[in-house]
Amino acid sequence: MSSWLDYTINGLIVGNVYALVAVGLALIFGVSRLINFAQGSIYLVGAYIGWVAVVQLHTPLPLTIIVVAATAAVVGLILERFGLRPLQNSVRIAPLLATIGISFVLDQLVMLTFSPNPRALPSQLPDIRFQLGGGTIGPLDLLIAGVGITSALLLFVFLRYSKLGWAVRAASQDRDAAMQMGVDVNRVNQAVFGIAAALGGVSGMLVGMYYNQIDTAMSLQATLKGVVAEVVGGAGNVPGAVIGSLLLGLVESYGVAVFGTSYRNLFAFLLLVVVLVLRPNGLFASARQAPPEPLTGTFIAPSRPVRIPRWALAVAAAAFAILPLFPVSFYVLQTLINAWLLGMLALSLTLVAGTIGQVSLGHAALLAIGAYTSALLSLALSVPVGLAVIGGGLMSAALGTLLISPSFRLRGHYVSIATLAIGEIVSLVILNWESVTRGPIGISGIPPLSLFGYDLISPTSIYWFSLVVMVALALLQGRLLTSHLGRSFRAIRDDDIAARAYGLSLNRYKSLAFIFGGFAAGVSGGIAAHLYSYINHETFNTQQSILALTVVILGGLGNVVGAIVGSVALVGLPEVFRIAAEYRILIYGVVLLLLVRFRPQGLLGTI
Amino acid sequence: MGEQHNPMLSLRGLTRRFGGLTAVDAIDLDLARGELISIIGPNGAGKTTLFNLVTGLDRPDAGTVRFGSQDITGFSPERLAAEGIARTFQLGRVFGNLSVMDNVLIGAHTRLRAVKPAVPVIGPLLELGLALLRPSSVKAEEERLREEVKAILARFGERLLPRIDQPAYSLSYANRRRVEIARALALKPRLLLLDEPTAGMNPTETAEMQALVAELKTEGLTILLIEHKLEMVMRLSDRVIVMDEGKKIAEGPGEEVRGDPKVIEAYLGHGLSGATEESAA
Ligand SMILES: Nc1ncnc2c1ncn2[C@@H]1O[C@H](COP(=O)(O)OP(=O)(O)O)[C@@H](O)[C@H]1O
Ligand SMILES: [Mg+2]
Repeated sequence: MSSWLDYTINGLIVGNVYALVAVGLALIFGVSRLINFAQGSIYLVGAYIGWVAVVQLHTPLPLTIIVVAATAAVVGLILERFGLRPLQNSVRIAPLLATIGISFVLDQLVMLTFSPNPRALPSQLPDIRFQLGGGTIGPLDLLIAGVGITSALLLFVFLRYSKLGWAVRAASQDRDAAMQMGVDVNRVNQAVFGIAAALGGVSGMLVGMYYNQIDTAMSLQATLKGVVAEVVGGAGNVPGAVIGSLLLGLVESYGVAVFGTSYRNLFAFLLLVVVLVLRPNGLFASARQAPPEPLTGTFIAPSRPVRIPRWALAVAAAAFAILPLFPVSFYVLQTLINAWLLGMLALSLTLVAGTIGQVSLGHAALLAIGAYTSALLSLALSVPVGLAVIGGGLMSAALGTLLISPSFRLRGHYVSIATLAIGEIVSLVILNWESVTRGPIGISGIPPLSLFGYDLISPTSIYWFSLVVMVALALLQGRLLTSHLGRSFRAIRDDDIAARAYGLSLNRYKSLAFIFGGFAAGVSGGIAAHLYSYINHETFNTQQSILALTVVILGGLGNVVGAIVGSVALVGLPEVFRIAAEYRILIYGVVLLLLVRFRPQGLLGTI
Repeated sequence: MGEQHNPMLSLRGLTRRFGGLTAVDAIDLDLARGELISIIGPNGAGKTTLFNLVTGLDRPDAGTVRFGSQDITGFSPERLAAEGIARTFQLGRVFGNLSVMDNVLIGAHTRLRAVKPAVPVIGPLLELGLALLRPSSVKAEEERLREEVKAILARFGERLLPRIDQPAYSLSYANRRRVEIARALALKPRLLLLDEPTAGMNPTETAEMQALVAELKTEGLTILLIEHKLEMVMRLSDRVIVMDEGKKIAEGPGEEVRGDPKVIEAYLGHGLSGATEESAA
C-alpha cells in the first residue's frame, strides 16, 4: 500500500517539526525544571515573522530562515531576562504562572498586530513531488528533514564541544553543583532560551509553509504537541524529546489514516495521558528518583490573608442582594450576573489550584461538562431545569474527577499539562461524539432557567438566582476550609511528601477537592447553558480557564472571598473602563504577569 | 507472646542504588522495643536514604524491612504512617502556610475516626459529607485532638504555645524543627525516626532537644536517631551504628564505636565533615 508510506513520511515530517519545539522545551526543562508554556507563542511569532519576511520583504528562503531564527531568539532572550529571571528566588508556582501569562500576552499581541484571520504562507519552493518507493516526497519535506537534522547536529556540537554547551549540560545534571563549580546560571539560561526560541520560531515558519496557512490558534496547539513529545521522551531529555516527537508524529499520522483528521489531536493527548500514567518520567527514564527535599519556600507565596469580619461580608452580600431594587440598568445587572457565574468557576479553581495546589489549565472543561449535561437533561429527558443544573454539577464532579485522576500522582507543571490536555480531550469528544452532543452544530433551544415551575426570565430574577447559588457555594466552601479537609488539602499543597508520610492519601484528597470543585464549576456551566440557550464545543474555551486563573491569583490562592472579589474586578473593571473585547485577554495576561511579579499573594492573600 | 524477643524493626540486606552509586549497601539492623539506636556517619553515607526506605518514601532494590511481625517492604508511606511509624526530615518539611496547630493536627490525621469512617468505596464521600455537616461526634473528636496538640506543644515549654496560630513559615528555624517533632508525636508513633533533629541549633537549643529525646525514651518510645553531635549520641543511645558509603562499618555501644579505628578513618577520610562541620556552623 503506497499510502502507508505516505503516512509514514508525513508522520516523520510532522514529527520533525514537533522535535524542533520539543527539543527547546527539553533544554529549558533540563536547566530550570520549568515547562515553558510560552514555547508555542514563540512558534507563532516565528510563523508570522516568516510571513512578513516572505510576503512583504520577499526574502530568499535561506535569509528567511535566518531572520526568523534571529528574531525568535531575541524574543526568547527578552522573555528570559524580563519574564523569568526576576522570579528566580520566588515560590515554585511563580515561573509556571509567568510562562502562562507571557504566552497569552504574546498570542494577543500577534493577534492584534495581524488580525485573527488565517493567512497563507507560501513555501518559496517549487511544487513538485518525487517518487520514493511507493510514496512521494516534496522539496518542503526534504527542507524540514534537512532543518531538523542540521539543528540536531548543531545542537550536538554545541552541547558537546563548546564551553557554554558544557555548562548547559552541567547545569541540567545538577544545578547546585554546577553553580558551585562557577557555572554562570544566568548565561546558561540565556543560551537555552535563545536556542529554544530560535528552534521554535523556525518550526512555526516551517509548519506555516507546510500547511500554507498560519493563524493565531497555532500557538496553543504547538505548546501542547511539544509538551506531549517532550514528556513522552522524558522531561529534560534532549534525545528523548526527538524520539518522542517522531513517535508522536507517527502515532498521529497513522491515527488519522485509520480514523480521520478530526481525531488527530485526540491521539496526541491520549498518548500523553497513557505515558503520564504508565511512565510519568517518560519512555526512556532510568532511575526511580525521589524528589529532593524543599529547602525553603513553598509552592505558593506565604502571606497573612486579609481577615474580613463576618459582618462586613454580610453587609456586602446584603448590598448586592438589594441592588436590583434600585434603579440600576440592565447592563449593570448583566455584568454582575457574568461576575457571579465566573465567581462560581473561580471558587472551584481556587480550591483546586489554590487550596490543594493543582494548577488546572483546563477548568473550562468542567463548565462544558456541566453545561452539556444540564442542557441535554432538560432537553432530551425533560428534567426540570433546577434539577438539571444540579445534575450538571454532579456530572462535572464525577466525570471531571475521573478524567483528571490519572494526573493525581503528578506534581507541579505536569498537573497543568495534564489538565490542559484533558480540557482539550473534553472539547474534542464533544466535537466528535455527534450522536449525543450534536457535534459541531451545538445545542440550541435550551430552555431558560426555571425554579419550581416558574421561568426566570427577567434580569432581576436571574441576578438573584445566580447570586444566591454563588453565595451558597461560597459558604459551603468556607465551611470545607475550616474542616479537617481544609488543612489536609493545604498540607498536600505545601508538601505532598510530608503529607504522605503522615498518612494523607493523595488520590483520596485530590479526588475530594475535584469532586467539590467540579460541582461548583458544573453548576456554573449548567446555569450558563440555560442563560445562553445555545452552546457548542467552543463556548467554554481555554480563555475562560485563563481568566479564571487570573481571577484566582488576583483574589489570592485558596481565598474564597478573594475569588469573588477577583471575579467582580476582572468582569467589572473592563466594563467600567469600556475596554474593547479584543484587548481584554491581553490585559488579563498582563495583570497575571504583574501579580506574579509584584503581588504573588494576590489582593486578599493566599490561605 | 514472644514480643520481647521479636525486634520492633528489623532490616535485612537493605540496599538502594542510584545509578552507579550504592547509597545503602546491604544494611542489617535490629531495633528492640523501647530501644534507641543512633546512626552516625559522614555526609553522604546513606543515612537519610535508609530512613526513606524504612518510611516508604523510597523503595529498596534488595532486602526486607520488617515492622513488628509484618513484612512492610515497599509499603506506601500512608500505610506505614497508619501502622505507627513517624519521622522528621533532615531539612525540615513543615507545612509552611499552615498554623502550628494545623501542622501538628496533620500529625494526628491517621487517628481520625469519627470523620473518617472505615467504609470501603464511599468512605471518601462520607468523609466529605461529615466534614461539611459536622455532627457532634466529629466536633468532639476535633476538640479532643486540639487539646492533645496543646499538651504536646506544652512539652516544648514556651517555645511553641504562644505561636500556636502563627503560620509555620514565620517561625524560627529551631521552632520549625520542634513543630516537626510535635507533629510526629501527634501520630502516637510506635516507632519514631529523627533525622538530625538538632541540625542548625545552638547549644542551648540542642540541650533542650536532647532532654526531650531522653524523656521520650524513658516513656518507652522506640527511636532511630540520625545525629552528628556525638556527645548527644553518646548520652542517648543504647547502641550506635556507623555508616560509610552505604555500608555499616561498626556497631555497638557508643564508647566502643567511638574508638574504632575504622570509624575514625571514615570521618577523617571524608575531610572535616560530620561532627566538626556541625560545631563550626
Ligand atoms: N534521589 C537520589 N538520587 C540520586 N542520588 C541520591 C539520591 N538521594 C541520595 N542520593 C545519594 O546517595 C548518597 C547518600 O545520601 P544520603 O542518604 O542523603 O546521605 P546522608 O543522609 O548520610 O548524608 C549521597 O551520595 C547522595 O548524593
Ligand atoms: Mg542525611
